[in-house]
Amino acid sequence: MQDPNQPRRPSDVSRAAIRAEAQRLRGIFEQAGAQVVETAILQPAATLLDLYGEDIRARAYVASDPMKGEQMLRPDFTVPVVQMHMADGAEPARYTYSGEVFRRQEAHPERASEYMQVGYEVFDRTAPADADAEVFARLHDILAPLNLRAATGDIGILMAAVDGLPTTPARKAALRRHVWRPRRFRALMDRFAGRSPVPASRAALLESTDPMADAGPIIGLRSEAEIAARIEALREDAAAPPVTGADVDLIDAILNVRETCPNALERLRDIAVDMPSINGAVAGFAARLDALAARGIAVDDLAFEASYGRSQMEYYDGFVFGFTCDAHPELPAVATGGRYDALTRQLGQGRAIPAVGGVIRPGLVAFLGGAR
Amino acid sequence: MSIRLGVPSKGRLMEKTFQWFGARGVTLDRSASEREYAGIVRGAGDVELVLLSAGEIPRELDAGRIDLGVTGTDLVRETLVGWEARVDVLAELGFGHADLVLAVPQAWVDVSTLDDLDAAAAAFRARHGHRLRIATKYHRLVREFLREHGVADYSLVDSQGATEGTVKNETAEAIADITSSGDTLRANHLKILDDGLILRSQATLFCARRADLSDADRATLTALMAKLGVD
Repeated sequence: MQDPNQPRRPSDVSRAAIRAEAQRLRGIFEQAGAQVVETAILQPAATLLDLYGEDIRARAYVASDPMKGEQMLRPDFTVPVVQMHMADGAEPARYTYSGEVFRRQEAHPERASEYMQVGYEVFDRTAPADADAEVFARLHDILAPLNLRAATGDIGILMAAVDGLPTTPARKAALRRHVWRPRRFRALMDRFAGRSPVPASRAALLESTDPMADAGPIIGLRSEAEIAARIEALREDAAAPPVTGADVDLIDAILNVRETCPNALERLRDIAVDMPSINGAVAGFAARLDALAARGIAVDDLAFEASYGRSQMEYYDGFVFGFTCDAHPELPAVATGGRYDALTRQLGQGRAIPAVGGVIRPGLVAFLGGAR
Repeated sequence: MSIRLGVPSKGRLMEKTFQWFGARGVTLDRSASEREYAGIVRGAGDVELVLLSAGEIPRELDAGRIDLGVTGTDLVRETLVGWEARVDVLAELGFGHADLVLAVPQAWVDVSTLDDLDAAAAAFRARHGHRLRIATKYHRLVREFLREHGVADYSLVDSQGATEGTVKNETAEAIADITSSGDTLRANHLKILDDGLILRSQATLFCARRADLSDADRATLTALMAKLGVD
């Protein structure tokens, strides 16, 4: 039976109800020992552009300011919270926050472009598996009454596999750079494995004894030395042996792991026999499962996908997770999170600290029944 | 009410559009004064001619202020998010051909494909401390194209004119612009990437997707479309 008081769409939930739900959620995190933090809504665009690249413009609102330069309406809290922690945070630290984030929705005009997020972030160097489990379990327990589906993954396993490939550092760096862009990652793999034909222009360039003969004038900032350096890199790449079919298959095997957690662990251990470079990451996965189980999570039924979050969660580089509602497939995830160690390094100007966190959308929690 | 037809207000696009309609028995004419942006339609019932900048026609169609409009595919796709849901293509008119392309300096002998551009962009950023800049006025189309093809480490810089000159002036390293023959690109020592065709554009007759036309207007529209031989 449909409860007559139950809203039919997320937009039917009043702002007051969402705010109250956000307060309740933040209160739970505060109770758990997190310090409440606030961040500015206007964020300098340069920092976000540096991290996310031009794509962020399609997702964030840009405002221009003749004095401060381009500003963005906060598209997430993670970046300003990390900056705050790196500037003057004590260790270890647990933070919570609630407030609006702003996202342009060109591809999904039916989705909200302004909504509340409540987050919980843990900065702790001691036991990453425990910190992962702590964040997941807190969100899991809060969301338990809503009967959501949890999905988990671990970008770190794919990264470890790339790092361990027996091929040139340049190729590994190129693959790492595109871990979050599955299509380009695939194209690079095919090229490095000699599976895609060498473009005619590339073949001609490599055969040429004087590639700059018909180059014409050098214009722009990119210098002749930079062009020469890349030609040299292309020659080295052409001389390097291709990535073997067996190694490509192992990467594919990792990307295709999609099981319950214990079965996924089993499968990854099998793969690690032929690809020992992932042993550390797989051991981390195992330790996380133990830590999750110790916090009462039914890991035997928990889903794991090695490629989970690869195309949408670009700063995560380890554990990733999300909670979605099967009864409402049209809704975005109610909660998402993950580990973002590399982000703290990028924003920390030489310093870094392991960090993991998650956000809940109180508007969706209230829509789905919230505290009742 | 009447049906409102938006047509580019000047130049070859206007003349060619007038010719295209004329060849199908619909005469378009500027009103007596050359300075006034209004016109007359003969041979199509209650249709009003509105002369507009080609760049404004997509927005006017979307806002429902005109029912039909002639403009470039490039402008509709750049201006209207989810354009397929908002306008219908009635006919491609066979003129105003232009391609939106990505071009880099001719001297970049190591860069012929998007794959090369991506690798060069990574090296450029490491060397210069900022991302490789691409000058364009087609921000959305270019960004979507590069995202779809997984090119990273670039930034778009706005250029509303003389875009081919930005590389020499060192305000950009590459450009994305409309070209018909490629002559201007060559003259500015630029070359098109082998897989750098973002969009083929030509003058196109669009119809706003609206459900709220009166019966009389819908009859006018149907009759006009029949006369033009489009549906």
